[in-house]
Amino acid sequence: MTSVEIRGLNRSFDGVPVLKDLSLDVPEGEFVSILGPSGSGKSTMFSVLTGALAPSSGQVLLDGRPLAERPGRFAYMPQRDALLPWRRIIDNATLGLEIAGVRRAEARRRVEPLLETFGLAGYERSYPARLSGGMRQRAALLRTVVQERDVLLLDEPFGALDALTRTRMQQWVEGVWERYRWTVLLITHDVREAIFLSDRVYVFSPRPATVVKEVLVDLPRPRTLETVTDPKFVEIEAELLGTLLEERL
Amino acid sequence: MSPGGLVRRWSPPLALIALIVAAWQFYSAHGNLGEDVLPGPGRVLAQGWEHRGDLWTNTLPTLRATLAGFGLSLAVGFGLSVLIDVSAALRRALTPVLVVTQTLPLIAIAPLVVLWFGFDLLPKVLLVAFVTFFPITVALTEGYAAADPDSEALLRSMGAGRWRIFRILRVPTAVPFFFAGLRIAITYAVVAAIFAEYAGATTGLGIYMQNAKNSFRTDLVLAAVGVSAALTLALFALTFAAERLLAPWTRAGRDA
Repeated sequence: MTSVEIRGLNRSFDGVPVLKDLSLDVPEGEFVSILGPSGSGKSTMFSVLTGALAPSSGQVLLDGRPLAERPGRFAYMPQRDALLPWRRIIDNATLGLEIAGVRRAEARRRVEPLLETFGLAGYERSYPARLSGGMRQRAALLRTVVQERDVLLLDEPFGALDALTRTRMQQWVEGVWERYRWTVLLITHDVREAIFLSDRVYVFSPRPATVVKEVLVDLPRPRTLETVTDPKFVEIEAELLGTLLEERL
Repeated sequence: MSPGGLVRRWSPPLALIALIVAAWQFYSAHGNLGEDVLPGPGRVLAQGWEHRGDLWTNTLPTLRATLAGFGLSLAVGFGLSVLIDVSAALRRALTPVLVVTQTLPLIAIAPLVVLWFGFDLLPKVLLVAFVTFFPITVALTEGYAAADPDSEALLRSMGAGRWRIFRILRVPTAVPFFFAGLRIAITYAVVAAIFAEYAGATTGLGIYMQNAKNSFRTDLVLAAVGVSAALTLALFALTFAAERLLAPWTRAGRDA
């Protein structure tokens, strides 16, 4: 487990700033969400974290040491599930381990005990096309967590799901997270999703992205359907929504 | 498939073929060409059957040239597609040259190739490959380019290098494209082999047709044409079988 500190990050494309003096913290074992308008540069920040992009200035510290010294500490889950259609679910789940050089039998041995938790038992031999949207997302999350990286980067993982499936997925993720306590950084533009899942929520400004608000969510866990009607939840929701709507203008 | 489904699927093509055969028969019997110049389908079939031994011994070398040429075409097509995908400079260098190869008239090239490489298998293999590699190369190249950028970002975040990404993502993405190209290429292959034999060979359907034509046996020419069509259809069907086997996640595979 690792804590992440992002300090004064700047990044431009062709002179157009996308990230501007961006600073935030993801403490070890916390579930942290980033809320922001579409196209605000959230995905650019992820690319910096995964090492796909270099920042123009600023730095990312992992446990106080620069990112460059410790590559490959993030496990990334893209917006769409990005399951490879020609691989069966089990082989999609082991993809990251396979690339890390883990032998196939060993990779499967590590994934198999998690299939039940991820609601995929009995589907490990299926191709992704046979699975529902929710199952595909769970498979994608399984692929992400079995890499045993220090920090999970989830890029709008439930954005493409219908409202009901999405709510179910949020509850399920909340439950699984309580069991494993991964350090998570989630991008979303669903305010309720951010509050429901997180310990801490950052609000980004429109491009160029910078943090305009940080909110600690000290709602008790496990969180349930009742959580969303808790006065504190409603209060945080109003506060975040207010900030977001203000920022849009 | 249910019996009703089978009927629905196969009755339109069978009806059309029956109509064409009937028109052919009618024109052959009642038209002004005469049965020797335009023999009817019945006579073509009967004579073809009578000469089945000859036809078969001449089909084998054509089939051999087709398959060997197609094998070479697959190797060359894949090799070129990799080169094109690997480097933008190579792509710019290769693309116009490859397109130009497809503008060369086969009727002029084939006799030259025979002149250079003799009457054996080699010139036929080369000509079949020459005619068929292009759709395969194009299909593969476009297939690689269709790889999902999200998946590529994902693989990179997992630490995969360029070659790994090519193997794990780009090649499998190209597989359905490849089969589409393969089906285009395979319909040219038998014809190309026959054409190569026409330009110079000792055995094969091409030579058989030439000899039959020179002795005014139009019925046997048409019988050989029928064999070549059947050969192409069989190879075409084989591509679907291969796709089911090699790409079980595609539509062709899911029907299975």
